[in-house]
Amino acid sequence: MEDKNLQPTEALKDIRQIMERSSRFISLSGLSGVAAGVCALGGAWIANGIIEKEGHAGYFIDSLRTGVYDSFTLKLFAVAAVTFTAAFISAFYLTWRKAKKSSLPVWDHTSKRLFWNMIIPMTAGGLFILGMLYYGEWRFVGPACLIFYGMALVNASKYTLSDIRYLGYCEIMLGLISIYFIGYGLYFWAAGFGALHIVYGTVMWFKYERK
Amino acid sequence: MKNPINGLNKVFESRIRLGVMSILMVNEEINFNDLKQMLEVTDGNLATHLVNLEDNGFIKVKKGFIGRKTNTTYSITKAGEKAFNEHITALENMIKGVK
Repeated sequence: MEDKNLQPTEALKDIRQIMERSSRFISLSGLSGVAAGVCALGGAWIANGIIEKEGHAGYFIDSLRTGVYDSFTLKLFAVAAVTFTAAFISAFYLTWRKAKKSSLPVWDHTSKRLFWNMIIPMTAGGLFILGMLYYGEWRFVGPACLIFYGMALVNASKYTLSDIRYLGYCEIMLGLISIYFIGYGLYFWAAGFGALHIVYGTVMWFKYERK
Repeated sequence: MKNPINGLNKVFESRIRLGVMSILMVNEEINFNDLKQMLEVTDGNLATHLVNLEDNGFIKVKKGFIGRKTNTTYSITKAGEKAFNEHITALENMIKGVK
C-alpha cells in the first residue's frame, strides 16, 4: 500500500473497503454453493436407490443398535461420507479459485473465524443426531440436519457475505416443516442441501461474480 | 460556522495509519502478520506506523507467544475510537460542504 494523503471521498471509500475486507470472508464463491448442492443431490439419489433396493431406515437403526454393521448400513455410511467429502472439496476449490483471482488470502483470520463459527453449531448438531440414533430415533434426523445447518449459516452470516443468512432461514423453515412429514426425510434433505444450495449459489454468482 | 478541517486528525493523514485504525474498529484484536497482509506493507513500514499510533494512545499492544514464536496483537483504545470517529465525521462534513 502506498502511503499518501487522501482526498476525503477517497479516504472514506478506502476505510469502508478495508473494514469490510478485514471483518468478513468475502471470497466465498456462489459456485461453491452450486457444487455442494449438486453433490448433495447426487448423494441423496444414490442413497435413495440403496434404500429402495435393499431395505428401509429401520434396518439401519437395528444395525446401529446391535453394533452389527451389515453391508446396507456400511453402504449408507459410505455414501454419506463420500457426499460430504466431495461437497467440501469442490466448495473449497471454487472458493480458493475465487480468492486467488482477486489475490486475497484464503486462510486468514476472517476465514478462520468463519470456519469456527460454522463448525461449532454443526458439530453440536452432528453429535445431537448421533445421540438420537443411539436411542433408535431416526425420524428427526432429516429435520435436525436442516435446522442445525440453518442455524450454523445464520451464525456464519456475521462473518461472510451476509446474504447467506437467507439460505439459513430457508433451511431452518424447511427443517421445521419436515418434522410433520416423517418418512420423507430424504426428500426434504435433498431439497434443503441440494436445491436450496443450487438456488442460493446461482443467485450469489449473478449478484457478485458475473462479469 | 465551524471549519470542518478542525476535526481532521493529523495522525490519520497517513493512509497506512488510517488503514490500521479502520481494521481495528471492526476487529477486536488482530496480529501483526494479518495487518501486514491486509495492508500490503513491509514489516518496517508497518512497525513504524504502529509505534506512532501506540505513542498517541490510540492502540494497545499485547505481546504473547504461540509456541516459541512471538505473536503480537493489537487492539483499539477508547481514545483511538473517539479520535477515529471524529476524523470520519470531519471527512463526511467536508464532503457535504463541497456538494
